Amino acid sequence: MATSESIGWLGVPLAIMAGAIRGSSPFLFVSVGECLTEKSGKINLGLEGTLLMGAMSAYAVSYKSGSPWLGVLAAGLAGAGLGAMHAWLAQLPRVNDIAVGIAMFIFGSGLAFFLGDPFIQPMAPPLPAIQLGNWSSLPQIQSALKISPLLVLGIILSFALYWFFQNTRWGLFIRAVGDNPAAARAQGISVVKVRTLSIMTGSFLAGLGGASLSLVYPGSWTRLVSSGQGLMAVALVIFARWDPRRCLLASLLFGGAQAVGPALQAAGVKSYYYLFNAAPYILTLGIMIFTCSPKRSLAGAPGALGTGE
Amino acid sequence: MTSTATITLTAPPGAAPEPPAGRRWRTSLESVAIPAGAMLVALLLFGIFCGLAGASPFSVYYSIYRAAFGSWYAFQNTLIRAAPIMLCALCTALPMRLGLVVIGNEGALVMGGLGTVLVGAYWVSAPHYVALTAMALAGMLAGGLWILAVGAMKIYRGVNEVISSLLMNYIAIAILNHLVNGPMHDPSSLNKPSSFPVPDANALGNIPGSRVHFGLIYGIVACLITWVLIEHTSFGFKVRMIGGNLRAARIAGLPVGKISLLVCFLGGAAAGLAGMAEIAAVQGCANESLAAGYGYAGILVAFVGRQHGLGVLLVAILLGGILASGGMLQRQNHLSDATVLVFQGLVFLVILYSESLYGRFKFFQERTHGHQ
Amino acid sequence: MKITKLIHSAALLAVFIAGAAGAARAADKVSMGFIYVGPKDDYGYNQAHSEGCAGVQKLDWVTAVEEASVPETTAVEEAMRDMIEQNKATVLFPTSFGYFNPHILKLAKDYPKVQFFHCGGMWHDGLPDNVGSYFGYIDEAEYVAGIVAAESSKSKKLGFIAAKPIPQVLRNINSYTLGARSVVPAATVQVIFTGDWSLPVKEAEAANSLIDQGVDVLTCHVDSPKVIVTTAEKRGIMCTGYHANQSVLAPKGYLTGAEWNWSKVYADYADWVHSGKSLMAGTIPHLIRGGLKEGFCKVSPYGPLVSDQAKADADAAKAKFMAGTMVIYQGPIKDNTGKVVIPGGTGLKQTDIDLEKMNYLVEGVLGSTGS
Repeated sequence: MATSESIGWLGVPLAIMAGAIRGSSPFLFVSVGECLTEKSGKINLGLEGTLLMGAMSAYAVSYKSGSPWLGVLAAGLAGAGLGAMHAWLAQLPRVNDIAVGIAMFIFGSGLAFFLGDPFIQPMAPPLPAIQLGNWSSLPQIQSALKISPLLVLGIILSFALYWFFQNTRWGLFIRAVGDNPAAARAQGISVVKVRTLSIMTGSFLAGLGGASLSLVYPGSWTRLVSSGQGLMAVALVIFARWDPRRCLLASLLFGGAQAVGPALQAAGVKSYYYLFNAAPYILTLGIMIFTCSPKRSLAGAPGALGTGE
Repeated sequence: MTSTATITLTAPPGAAPEPPAGRRWRTSLESVAIPAGAMLVALLLFGIFCGLAGASPFSVYYSIYRAAFGSWYAFQNTLIRAAPIMLCALCTALPMRLGLVVIGNEGALVMGGLGTVLVGAYWVSAPHYVALTAMALAGMLAGGLWILAVGAMKIYRGVNEVISSLLMNYIAIAILNHLVNGPMHDPSSLNKPSSFPVPDANALGNIPGSRVHFGLIYGIVACLITWVLIEHTSFGFKVRMIGGNLRAARIAGLPVGKISLLVCFLGGAAAGLAGMAEIAAVQGCANESLAAGYGYAGILVAFVGRQHGLGVLLVAILLGGILASGGMLQRQNHLSDATVLVFQGLVFLVILYSESLYGRFKFFQERTHGHQ
Repeated sequence: MKITKLIHSAALLAVFIAGAAGAARAADKVSMGFIYVGPKDDYGYNQAHSEGCAGVQKLDWVTAVEEASVPETTAVEEAMRDMIEQNKATVLFPTSFGYFNPHILKLAKDYPKVQFFHCGGMWHDGLPDNVGSYFGYIDEAEYVAGIVAAESSKSKKLGFIAAKPIPQVLRNINSYTLGARSVVPAATVQVIFTGDWSLPVKEAEAANSLIDQGVDVLTCHVDSPKVIVTTAEKRGIMCTGYHANQSVLAPKGYLTGAEWNWSKVYADYADWVHSGKSLMAGTIPHLIRGGLKEGFCKVSPYGPLVSDQAKADADAAKAKFMAGTMVIYQGPIKDNTGKVVIPGGTGLKQTDIDLEKMNYLVEGVLGSTGS
């Protein structure tokens, strides 16, 4: 492939856009999954462990079977399995779901590292990319517009989930259970069943996010392949006001913010790179401070969230 | 003000009267038997896991025993690990009594460490006890203010404290790295960028007769103070009331905002003190090793210890024992270093599960037909 | 049931007896402990050490214990203490830089009969007698890799992704650059610091940003070069490796690389210990350093894209190293702000202690050491 001519300062917005495309998939899947879980009234803080298990399973299965798509499926199933554990535990009486989430995070990470160590060396077949940039002769643009099919899937999912909440019976059940479980129970809806399915599906999606990490970008399995996407997902969901479409926007924002630090250095800004690398977190905190208000309860928040009902 | 002994916020109206406090041995037994049972089940599950991984479960159990509690030497290892975790756990435990879920312990510890270094490394002429006191105060102040900010964001802007405290962790670590590699960098620290060190003369020493540094004493005292403060003072009563029923507390006229900010500050101060101990007793200077994960361990300890001062103390020692056995499991049983994470996760998951078993066993239910 | 319980107890008893007997026999063996700061299979730094340890374990008079993922806190003090007390280790190899001060220095005072060999630390007079340090001048291999990279590059822009601006890393960057500019004076090396030893996402972003800026050969100094090498291969540019041989990850673009050869170092130490030498007696040197000549490091075999000219130049440089006549840091050398850091007429040999305090980037490097 032709080497690129340097593009100087244009490199920064290009990197942000490319970073948004490259790096947003894990955020997208985890946040959409957590959105689903939280709509049903439960928080799942264990998604970081699920993300790692997903990344590891995808890589391992892709390596052993030669098919990356099989790896993606395995990641989802691994996620669903952890989700089932979380759902069962978190719905027992007197059990705090935040504590369960953190314990699952530790357990999931430990399991992922334990099973995944033998797979750090080998190279697993990655997912093929969809090339959208061929209209440009610049290699930078071509590379930036290489879209992963998982991202496409994620985008479709975020809209589909929105439509699902608004227009289907099951979407209504989930929202009902999330807003007022006692009323939902009185209506004959099985709160436990709805929540279990929501948590498991949310976890399945988080597993897919993990597959994106190990099979697309950064495209490798190591213990540190995640940069906290699982924990940040909870922030993203609040940021997005529990609207799956806004989860997409938030994920793109975060993916882009991840690229700011290195891009600035490449363009010649040599200082403060630790602080630039913390850009996604500072950004989120700043936006939350500006947009939240103590008076109005957060619009869109499921009523039962955080109350332990 | 009615005494705390007769108000039970959890008893549902219309329940049968409970036997007097002195006769409630069944409930007390339950609080011990269920966690103990959970530990046994967790060990059993872990043994099965190790068996599947190719190590003998009995050998694993022996390793854990040897490494965590089997000798005074081993127990000291456990205590050394428990000390910072105990203090960090209070950073979650205290606000949790108010109903706030704060997970910013790691950030508070880091800021506490930075505060300690600012005083300890630059005020080198201070006499020993003055220096230690100043460093402790600086650490507590820095950590306290950090979590106070989290509380303030919640009270004045309604920002969810779980998220804000989590983000503040990342930001604190970024600030630590920036300062330690830049403005506070000690050029002679070569390949491990660090701040200027606290002079040896002002280091926090060990408890005489042991290898454990004084941070453990800080931890134990802090847990005891927390216990007394929350369970046995009127301030603690107000805190618990806010945590139990926010609307009722507001109606009763309690200054919810001020109390929340104060409790957040106290929690952050505890974690900040852990940071001070890490600097003054262990590392000697600030560098990236300060963010060692004690904060995150503390979150879980706070939950499993029921946010109770004594509970936190005991669970921190338990976790210290689990972590102390990690090395032995690697060397003796040839298990991966990730095994201790699995162990940790299992123990906490099972103990959390066991929370749901309270009140389910007939044996532990108080007899209320007055034939005693 | 009762019988299975009995069998289990008997088995356990047997294990103990065997263990005790083994311990008695093991008293004749030398017990060595290896401590790593990360997992053993990171395809990089820790793995290189672990492979060295595996080499030593084959010797029948050595029992080696390893512990991985030990952070640079009290945890490593405990690990060392446990290895000494519980595994009867008399020789320890804690391999991460941050273990040295205060942890090793503290333990060395507590256990004067145990020898602590630290990777990378700077021993000097006044520090405990039973502490030694070893390190390899892998920057010699980087110099050779720089030659190959500069000649293979078409844009003459090389990229270097590094973790932190510490002396060992700066030395690698500088040697790479000096090697590159010795054959292509107009070559530049652009440096991006990620901030930490293992940040796959940042490393991938840095790789992509550098490539977008026109770089066509990438190299790195991070704990695990895997992500950077695979990203380079995906985007069709060339790369040189580090720590270990990553050519299988980039069959087309891998030019060469700078690798450790720790087995040689550990074998040397094992020999000395076996023949009764020790630090305390002064028969083992406290500061051990070596480069290509001593076999502490090596240059990877050349990849398919390396031209004959490049091979010739690289081999010529290697020959000079082997003959001991190569001086990388031969003045005058300016840093990239224009200041003279090594005056004309002075040549710093690899063993010069000043080089271990390096805090500048040489001319030709785009980047800064500040944070």
